[in-house]
Amino acid sequence: MEYPQGLKFSREHEWVKVEGNTALVGITDHAQSELGDVVYVELPEVGAELEANSIFGVVESVKAVSDLFAPVTGMVTEVNQQLSDEPELVNSDPFEDGWMLRIEMSDISEIDALLGPEDYKAYIEEEDV
Amino acid sequence: MTESGETLMRTPLHEAHLQVGAKMIPFAGFEMPVQYRGVLEEHRSVRRAAGLFDISHMGEFEVEGPGATEFLQRLVTNNVKKLEVGNVLYSVMCREDGGIVDDLTIYRLGRERYMTVVNAANIEKDWEWMATRNEVDCTFRNISEETALIAPQGPAAEKILAELISGGGDLESISYYAAAEREVAGRKVLVSRTGYTGEDGFELYLAAEDAPYVWNSLLLTGAEHGLIPCGLGARDTLRTEMKFSLYGNDIDEKTNPLEAGLGWVVKFKVGDFIGYKRLAEIRELGIDRKLVGFELVDRGIPRRGARILIDGKSAGVVTSGTMSPTLGKAIGIGYVPISHAGEGSGFEVDIRGKLRAAMVVNTPFVRKKSA
Repeated sequence: MEYPQGLKFSREHEWVKVEGNTALVGITDHAQSELGDVVYVELPEVGAELEANSIFGVVESVKAVSDLFAPVTGMVTEVNQQLSDEPELVNSDPFEDGWMLRIEMSDISEIDALLGPEDYKAYIEEEDV
Repeated sequence: MTESGETLMRTPLHEAHLQVGAKMIPFAGFEMPVQYRGVLEEHRSVRRAAGLFDISHMGEFEVEGPGATEFLQRLVTNNVKKLEVGNVLYSVMCREDGGIVDDLTIYRLGRERYMTVVNAANIEKDWEWMATRNEVDCTFRNISEETALIAPQGPAAEKILAELISGGGDLESISYYAAAEREVAGRKVLVSRTGYTGEDGFELYLAAEDAPYVWNSLLLTGAEHGLIPCGLGARDTLRTEMKFSLYGNDIDEKTNPLEAGLGWVVKFKVGDFIGYKRLAEIRELGIDRKLVGFELVDRGIPRRGARILIDGKSAGVVTSGTMSPTLGKAIGIGYVPISHAGEGSGFEVDIRGKLRAAMVVNTPFVRKKSA
């Protein structure tokens, strides 16, 4: 399992890469592994306003449907359109090419509520998910 | 253990699955492999080369003795009397009201000797149903636990299996929906050319204790031909692409075979079977809904239980759905009113509150050359 440094993690298995006042968001290696082959991803439109912890989309494997939760509040400025045609990128490269969206954060302090790599790793092991 | 604490049963190949790191899930009271390398890879392997399925969880009943034919004929809608020794029959078993108790295959092994193969989830139910209707008092035995079932499926399946045939007999002479005893890797196996994938393939019935050896032999021999073990995930995507019904999804006690597209296994000429009267009535009056295959026109994947709407009103339900690995499109199976059952008919599917356009298409979704 990959736990890249410099990323923050949510308890819903999203990762966040802070770049200036924006947050690049995707799902973790653990999440894609649990899901299995991803066949469909539904993401919001650019311009959509998201509330932290609200559902912003869905990622589906052959058998399972999994909600995607906004790790922070803000406006969607970029969406990874490649995932429409190549949903499998979420499996093969969850932290890079499998990125999902970029959010312009309205409250950067929300980042502090997220987990660091070590805490996320502990969280997974504890959850036994 | 399941979440509720009940103990799950295991197939004779349980250890073999764990050894290769299969992802196991509870299914029909069994711990079963849902995937090994991944559903998509396993699915493609079956379509392009071969895949090996452990379906030992399924139920087998032995029916034997004077009256066996009569016994089965009364219970199932297809023509058992006409079934030749060495052949296999697919049928449904119905209730008086025409609802389907189970779908099953029937192997005629002798003049009055049969094996019926039933869905794992229905073993107890079917046993009860059949045993309590054994008026001719033929021998009726549940051999499920002692019988393993392994299915090599795919264009390379025959080539692979042929390499393991010891003793006499070949595979070529076993035609589609026929079965014969062979020796596979030195073990006694009932080999039938049947399956649930739409590809050429076989179902191997053997003693539980012989299963691990035969399974491993097949994987070893099959490796150079591209054979990989496949789980229930791929089994489901493969059968959905063929619009093969899954009991509990597409057919159940509230559906009758005529509306489910299984009229071809209902042989009214045969005479009386349970459900005959009601099915004859339905045939007379006409069905008002039909099980169809459809594709999503909008984005999204239809799933079992999703509502089907026509002109904004609830009109049907999705019974099975998935992203087709072969087609790269979202496909589904569901009941729609007969008025909207024709190819090209449009309707909407409610996917998590959003209405997505769908269109009825011809099935099977994936065109295969006949076996």
